[in-house]
Amino acid sequence: MDSYAILKLLWAAILGILFIGLGVMVGMDMGVGTLLRFVGRNDGERRTALNIIGPHWDGNQVWFILGGGAIFAAFPTLYATSFSVFYVVMILLLFSMILRPVAFEYRSKADSRHWRASWDVAFLVSGALPMFIYGAAFGNVLEGVGYHFGWTGQYYQDESFLSYLVNPFAILCGLMSVALSVYQGGVMLMLRSEEPIHGRARRYAMRGGIAAAILFATGGVWISRLNGFRLTDADPGMPANPIQGQHVTVSAGGWLENFQAHPALWLIPLLGVACMLFGTLMVRADRPVLAWWTGVGSWIGTIGTVGTAMFPFLMPSATTPDQSLTIWNSTASAYGLACMLVVAAIFVPIILSYTSWCYYVMRGKVRTADVIHDTHSY
Amino acid sequence: MELINPGVVDLSRFQFALTALYHFMFVPLTLGLTFMLAAMETVYVVTGRQIYKDMAQFWGKLFGINFAIGVATGITMEFEFGTNWSMYSRFFGDMFGTPLAIEGLMAFFMESTFVGLMFFGWDRLSRPAHLAVTYLVALGSNLSALWILVANASMNMPEGAHFDPDTMRMQFDSVVKVIFNPDAQAKFVHTSVAGYISAAMFVMGISAFYILRGQHKAFAARSFRMAALFGIISTVAVITLGDVLGRLDYEHQPTKIAAIEGLWHTSKPPFEPWLAFALPDDAKQENHLEIGVPFVLTPLVAHSFDTPITGMTELEEQAGPRIVSGIQALSALRRYGQGHDPADLAQFRAHEADMGFGFLAMRHAPGQDVTAISAAEMDSVVRQTEPDILPNVFVTFWSFRIMVFLSLWFFAVFALSAYVSLKNRLERNRLLLKLCMWSIPLPILATEFGWITAEAGRQPWTVFNRLPTFLSASSHSVGYMIFSLAGFALLYSAFIAAELFLMFKYARLGPDHGAHGAHGSHLTVAHDRKDAFSIVSSLSS
Repeated sequence: MDSYAILKLLWAAILGILFIGLGVMVGMDMGVGTLLRFVGRNDGERRTALNIIGPHWDGNQVWFILGGGAIFAAFPTLYATSFSVFYVVMILLLFSMILRPVAFEYRSKADSRHWRASWDVAFLVSGALPMFIYGAAFGNVLEGVGYHFGWTGQYYQDESFLSYLVNPFAILCGLMSVALSVYQGGVMLMLRSEEPIHGRARRYAMRGGIAAAILFATGGVWISRLNGFRLTDADPGMPANPIQGQHVTVSAGGWLENFQAHPALWLIPLLGVACMLFGTLMVRADRPVLAWWTGVGSWIGTIGTVGTAMFPFLMPSATTPDQSLTIWNSTASAYGLACMLVVAAIFVPIILSYTSWCYYVMRGKVRTADVIHDTHSY
Repeated sequence: MELINPGVVDLSRFQFALTALYHFMFVPLTLGLTFMLAAMETVYVVTGRQIYKDMAQFWGKLFGINFAIGVATGITMEFEFGTNWSMYSRFFGDMFGTPLAIEGLMAFFMESTFVGLMFFGWDRLSRPAHLAVTYLVALGSNLSALWILVANASMNMPEGAHFDPDTMRMQFDSVVKVIFNPDAQAKFVHTSVAGYISAAMFVMGISAFYILRGQHKAFAARSFRMAALFGIISTVAVITLGDVLGRLDYEHQPTKIAAIEGLWHTSKPPFEPWLAFALPDDAKQENHLEIGVPFVLTPLVAHSFDTPITGMTELEEQAGPRIVSGIQALSALRRYGQGHDPADLAQFRAHEADMGFGFLAMRHAPGQDVTAISAAEMDSVVRQTEPDILPNVFVTFWSFRIMVFLSLWFFAVFALSAYVSLKNRLERNRLLLKLCMWSIPLPILATEFGWITAEAGRQPWTVFNRLPTFLSASSHSVGYMIFSLAGFALLYSAFIAAELFLMFKYARLGPDHGAHGAHGSHLTVAHDRKDAFSIVSSLSS
């Protein structure tokens, strides 16, 4: 395999890690946002919940920004096509996402009940909706998306946005993503809160974990009946251009072929379900640290399963399968990929170390009485 | 080849301008305030005097109100290239996406992670550790600006990339050339320093408000002086770097500089006047009501006394042969894509440098297909395309002048303020204090017009001389665009209302409020509904 193909593979792996990081870190904060009015029955309790992630949400959100930036840099054709094809859905995602930073900073800065209640609604919308769309996007991509390219590289859309919103399989994937985020958010609240928030968070985390496991298993059965795409001939080292150079066949159950060819890969979805179930047990046993890490395992299992099933596809075209976007035909130049790899190798360890340090500095339980008396809190 | 509905292109441009201009109402203040906060906290750590901690915390609170919207609106920017500029993102993704991703890894992560500690860590960190955190936030936000402007510079002055006929994209080939693009370096300093001016005017104006009302005297006088000195240094820097940028445009973007100066015909040095006022008429290609200062234009733009500056009419004529060559480049490229014949590739290579001009001709080609223009039609296509190489002159000319006139105003206000403040005569100069207060929004306005000058002046291209704007957009329906535009307008209006409400509230409350130990009397949510939007703060009373 030539070096360009290896770089493409490495970047596909990094993309997977980014999706997992996004699911864990952003999903956790969004889960807290979704649960805000449910775990906090009065203003003091709600503020406590917010201040648990208060010092960290902004840093965590960068996983989302970085996800966008990394796709732009490493998979420009995917960035250009997917966000445009899913336009209305993406715009809804942006509308809900941009509410969140403002909600954190503004909610507790004025004393009116209406003011705070409005921002609480903003937390619910900006927690549940983006996670739903995040999962639903994976569902839509698995089913194939309607687009093709003209000779200059301009994409043309062949479907209406409604087919991405009113799509049962995508809705299932969206709900599954919300369930995982509720789980992770609940566990985070358990880690750093006292009663009564702790107990309520625990109940929601358990429900989230069980729902995720059921939805994941249902999705697995559903996928075996979906149309899957298969690359019949393409050179992994090909110039990154989806306009021509590959042939794709479509068949029902095609997404299971990678698993059937390499049965060891079944361990990945197994890891996902096992983590969801074991995590739920850990929540029940009031072991939030272990439960947090099995939450990470659940995301690895989920994203890993989708990536394995679709490999090497990134976003298949249902209307012009030969122009489907794959790992081989959507990347940046070899030089660009290598350059970004060096930058990531330097900065990711630095980011992980200062993020951990920040969590260490802010460690410990957040108490409602302290939040109310602290002039710096949300 | 079907072109995108021009109405959709215009709506996409309008939406981008709306969201970018809105984002940049908040970013300059972030860039500058972080460094001012760091400076205040440094004095606190070195001298141990409580008043400087109060300053850092009070201005830090106003910083937070502004910062949140900067972050929120920045999310839109990161994704809008993909949602609305699909062809651009694919064509130029290596070059634009890479600096954007590096920005995330190197700068935005640092800024966002430490800003949490900056707000929440006062009681958990030692004084030097908290100071270090504040500096990391300042460094992070300014490094962010650096990478964004590196990305922007590669649109204005593409260096470090070549077009690859096999992928139909610009391929990134030199990270050194991208980072050390002279346009990026100059633009970074110019833009971030413009942010420092915004922050200085903000701190100075609010301090002036306290001095006028006789409140928080010691606090306000110190903040005022610090801001005035910060402001005057920044204004000198912004003007100097503005001159460097003008010089770069003169060399690399002659259409932009000619439009900025309203220069329809090549200049006649040394007498050629610099136009302080004119009404450029884009349709007739002439100016009305010119008022100029003789002998100024040539040294100002070309840094010489005898170099003629090429006018827009002449630039149009010079573009003619490039349009013909660009049409040949595209025809060869299309044939190469179909047959991979080396002869076609060779022909493409011969005309490659003009490819963008071929794209530009698409609008006027019969059936929008430049690869099928007959010899008889060629001349008329070229004639129709020539005027398209110019930006909107009226907009470019005036946005530049508003920015420049405002920067001269800032220089005067800061210089006078610094002088009066150092002489300790502030309280007697009430008019100056009022001017400072009213000038708070002006630096932000100047920055916005700076962006318009740079980006409207870059038209008709998204990637200068390479890819026209009308080809860059995504092929959405008008309905999609109305949906997104209406949503952004609505949300952003609500944000600015909330922002101004909190900003005025906390500025009026002043620094005494909340800097020292809190008490709990107003801490529960007011149950009386008449208390809605009450001015009583829950957080910091």
